[in-house]
Amino acid sequence: MGTTTAKRIDIASEEVAGLAPRQTPLDRIQRQLHAHPALGPLIVLVTTCIVFGLLNPRFVAAQNISLMLQQVAVVAALGVAQTLIILTAGIDLSIGYAMILALLVMAQAAANNEVAGLIALLLGLAVGVGSGVVNGTLVTRLRVPPFIATLGTLFVFQSAGLLYAKGQTTQATEMPHLLNWTGDPVTIGPLNLINGVLVALGLYLVVHYILTQTQWGRHVYAVGDDVEAARLAGIRTNRVLFSVYVFAGLIVGVAAWISIGYAGAADPNNAVDANLQSITAVVIGGTSLFGGRGGVIGTLFGALIVVAFTSGLTLANVNNLYQPIAQGVLVIAAVAIDQWIRRVKR
Amino acid sequence: MNHVISPAARRRRTRATTALVATATLALVACGASDADDNGPSSGAGDGRVKVALILKTFSNPYFVSMEKSAQAAAAQLGVDLVVSAGSSDTDTGAQLKAINNAIAGGFEGIIITSNGDAVNAALQRARTAGQYTIALDTLPTPPSTVNLTYATDNTQAGRIIGKWTASKLTGRPATIALLDAVNTAVISVDVQRNHGFLEGIGIPVGDPKINGKAPGSGQYKGGMGGSYEIVCELPTNGTIPQGKSAMQTCLQKNPDINVVYAVNEPAAQGASQALADAKSDAIVVAIDGGCSNLQFVESGSIDATAAQFPGKMAALGVQAIHDLVTEKARPKTSEGRDFFDTGVMLFTNDPQPGISSTDVAGARKLCWG
Repeated sequence: MGTTTAKRIDIASEEVAGLAPRQTPLDRIQRQLHAHPALGPLIVLVTTCIVFGLLNPRFVAAQNISLMLQQVAVVAALGVAQTLIILTAGIDLSIGYAMILALLVMAQAAANNEVAGLIALLLGLAVGVGSGVVNGTLVTRLRVPPFIATLGTLFVFQSAGLLYAKGQTTQATEMPHLLNWTGDPVTIGPLNLINGVLVALGLYLVVHYILTQTQWGRHVYAVGDDVEAARLAGIRTNRVLFSVYVFAGLIVGVAAWISIGYAGAADPNNAVDANLQSITAVVIGGTSLFGGRGGVIGTLFGALIVVAFTSGLTLANVNNLYQPIAQGVLVIAAVAIDQWIRRVKR
Repeated sequence: MNHVISPAARRRRTRATTALVATATLALVACGASDADDNGPSSGAGDGRVKVALILKTFSNPYFVSMEKSAQAAAAQLGVDLVVSAGSSDTDTGAQLKAINNAIAGGFEGIIITSNGDAVNAALQRARTAGQYTIALDTLPTPPSTVNLTYATDNTQAGRIIGKWTASKLTGRPATIALLDAVNTAVISVDVQRNHGFLEGIGIPVGDPKINGKAPGSGQYKGGMGGSYEIVCELPTNGTIPQGKSAMQTCLQKNPDINVVYAVNEPAAQGASQALADAKSDAIVVAIDGGCSNLQFVESGSIDATAAQFPGKMAALGVQAIHDLVTEKARPKTSEGRDFFDTGVMLFTNDPQPGISSTDVAGARKLCWG
């Protein structure tokens, strides 16, 4: 921090002296990436699509794009929640198991306890919100670092889900149609999607709007950027942090609904590594793990990049083992680039 | 974490805990006096009944719950006191170690375990040194001599029968194959054995006996009437529905003419069959498991054939073996030419093929687990 300030003063004095710093093309790129965090992942996504499209034209066919959108819906929805939390310099390791708990409650309430579909859905959403309340309380009241708080709740939600569902899978056929509605096909132009994809995209639009156009959104960035400065500026930082976890919890509940639709079942194993997948999407999407910089649109690109690699490498006849390697390289590159961008000269 | 399922089990556990305290000294004396595994503990715990600890991976998987049920039934029949425990997840080795140590301290005659892996082997050795009989279920420890005997499914054989069934069903047509494994970032013996068994059954060389993914991409399959084959894709599913579906969608993009799908288990097959239905494909889907809740998919034809395992039989035989060891000093035997006792596999299908023994769904309902 100290060096940044010193640098800024240097630049300022140079500017005052009429000696504007020379901008190399690299500086300009750095500046653009700093101003538009989603730009980097968008470039990677477009490049990925062009390369894989050249290797196998089927990759860019409407049918394949439709399927990739279906495959990404759940992780993309969780990515919205994860982005909110990472924007506050937090992290949510419990997100996948919170979702599984929510979807098990939804499905079993409806299938075994004959609760009406809408009520079951609301119950599941309430479980999601509840998971956010627990995490938010741990982080804001008990001052447990988010990494540890959500590592703890990861185990709690995992076991709670298993105890509740007794390891049983509930099939979509046993549930009211509403819970499975997210799996219904829907055609938009050349794309054959499922409703869940539209719900996930809807989440992106809504949360993007909230983050960029509302006071609450600006507070989230402020708290993530520098919690002390935000507090001194009169923001009730704990309240903002808590509300972020609760809102993220609600989104986790929606992701649970999408997951039931895509899988056609509520299974305790529906998404065991969803926490890491969602963090991967957020990080590749250009949101800074240090908080305060990034946004949900980048996360959408990040999630799409990961699924594009799985599909593209398979279609290009490359051993699927290269997919995790590519994913790992992308994550590290994204964080390294983030570190570089953060050193931007203003 | 020790779960206790039923009040009966809780009573037994309370009794066992009391016994633990009461006989700790006695057990120490007993284990000092006995020499390794040929002599069981000279005295039981108090009431003279054989005491056995059943240690499972989790209570969350119907597969293990089925083991517990059958073991309880066998124990009741034989007059064995059974104390059941499990971890919170498939990787909760700590809980298993604790349960083994409790059983040693409690002076139990035997331990039956579905181990999380070879991390518990040293503890099992300690138990044997303390004079206890040890039986492994489902997973063969390395080396197999870690325990007195293992009751397990021959996963290669399970793969082989669905492979043979597939070859017969193809009646010489070309096979365009999707292989849906469990993982691709680790070598898991079950994953490799099932995959290789399937390839062997259909008559395709496995390439490398140690790992998946090395079979030649195309050639001639030798099973059934024989014919040409192409392996279109081989993707991991983690044995789950959504990842099975996702993998199948990707495979179909590569080649919509896939007509044979091998899935490592039934949830992966269920996911795959959804993707196939969306694509209006009527590919043959074969899997392994035999879970009761999955029979509906065999019945509807979304899974064409599945090789069933018998976890309940493993557990019941395990209880019987320890009972016989303690009361009659009867040594249980491995299946011929194997280092474990093969509890067998049975093909569940409504589409029997000549020369391949199978059971239809109606019959399968009596044999399935969960």
